[in-house]
Amino acid sequence: MNISKIANLKFFYTNTRKISYYMSFFVMILFIIGIYWGLFIAPEDYLQGDSYRIMYMHVPAAWLSLQTYMVMAITGFIALVWKIKIMEIISIQCAPIGALFTIIALVTGMVWGKPTWGTYWVWDARLTSELILLFLYIGVMVLYASINDKRQAVKITSLLAIIGLINIPIIHYSVEWWNTLHQGPTVTKFDKPSAHTTMLYPLLYMFIVFNIYFITVIIKRVRLGIYAREKNSKWMEEYTDD
Amino acid sequence: MIKITKTNRKRIVKISIFFFAISSFSALLIYAFSKNMVYFYTPTQIIEKEAPMNSFIRIGGMVKENSLVKSNDSLKVSFKIHDLEQVINITYDGILPDLFAEGQGVVMTGTLINEDTFIADEVLAKHDENYMPPEVADMMKEKNGVLYKK
Repeated sequence: MNISKIANLKFFYTNTRKISYYMSFFVMILFIIGIYWGLFIAPEDYLQGDSYRIMYMHVPAAWLSLQTYMVMAITGFIALVWKIKIMEIISIQCAPIGALFTIIALVTGMVWGKPTWGTYWVWDARLTSELILLFLYIGVMVLYASINDKRQAVKITSLLAIIGLINIPIIHYSVEWWNTLHQGPTVTKFDKPSAHTTMLYPLLYMFIVFNIYFITVIIKRVRLGIYAREKNSKWMEEYTDD
Repeated sequence: MIKITKTNRKRIVKISIFFFAISSFSALLIYAFSKNMVYFYTPTQIIEKEAPMNSFIRIGGMVKENSLVKSNDSLKVSFKIHDLEQVINITYDGILPDLFAEGQGVVMTGTLINEDTFIADEVLAKHDENYMPPEVADMMKEKNGVLYKK
């Protein structure tokens, strides 16, 4: 077994305990600021009134659901090619976080859709492809759980993650390629964003907060993943004894 | 530094071939199904007879200004929708969503009974991607005359 790789996991595990602990408080404070900004300071919309405010959860969660998938697929690719252990762990630990983001995006979208569109759910291209993303995440998790040899399992889930990468541009461009009930992009387009700056800034802020949240949770989950894989190794026993 | 050995290169090539095979497969699939993936037809498509008659379809467009006629003793409404080129007449019996307004986008489920008349069973409001505070909206209205330019 390659010593430098184990050292790498050990290095990560022993050096991130405090950081992840403080970051979770930090991100909670940032989140409360963002919620206050979005719910109380940002002005109401000329057409939707207050119901648009759900976008401060919905939009960052939807972006992060795509971003997390890309992280999962790219680290999965690196794990497949170079067999780097930490990449295997990052890749598989992305799945439950991404699934959470996808569920938040879907549920907040449904809650918003009822008063705005008049329905909770329609089978248009955007909503359907986002639902497929949730199934991909669940598929990766189930596949990983069903295979006993975890290093073998990561090989297969990485491959599934890479296949599913095709869904990412489909989700993003679905509103432009097809007629959908879901509106087109407000921020992620070449044109000027179609939201007024007083509403746009809290949204971008929430996007940054969601990113910090992702980093915090992935560090914590990777630590758990390292523990699960290395709990019988000598360094882990020595470290947890202290 | 990342080293790319011969084994690494082999793996990269394998994964890439696999990925491109899968993506071209799905691209072809989407291309073949793209007609069915259209969530709604536009008035122009209907006038050009791209939409089937007397079957359950969806159409979408903007509600034409000053076209909404409400019945006095029932929920029956009729209005026109357009996409800046063609106009379709709509009749509907039911509750309209809150965001329904002249100039706003709508998507409806129902059947076409002739080239330009559609009976809707369900009317959904389509929201656009613009968000602004009411004061800004008023200012824009004064400046441009209309809010919903498209």
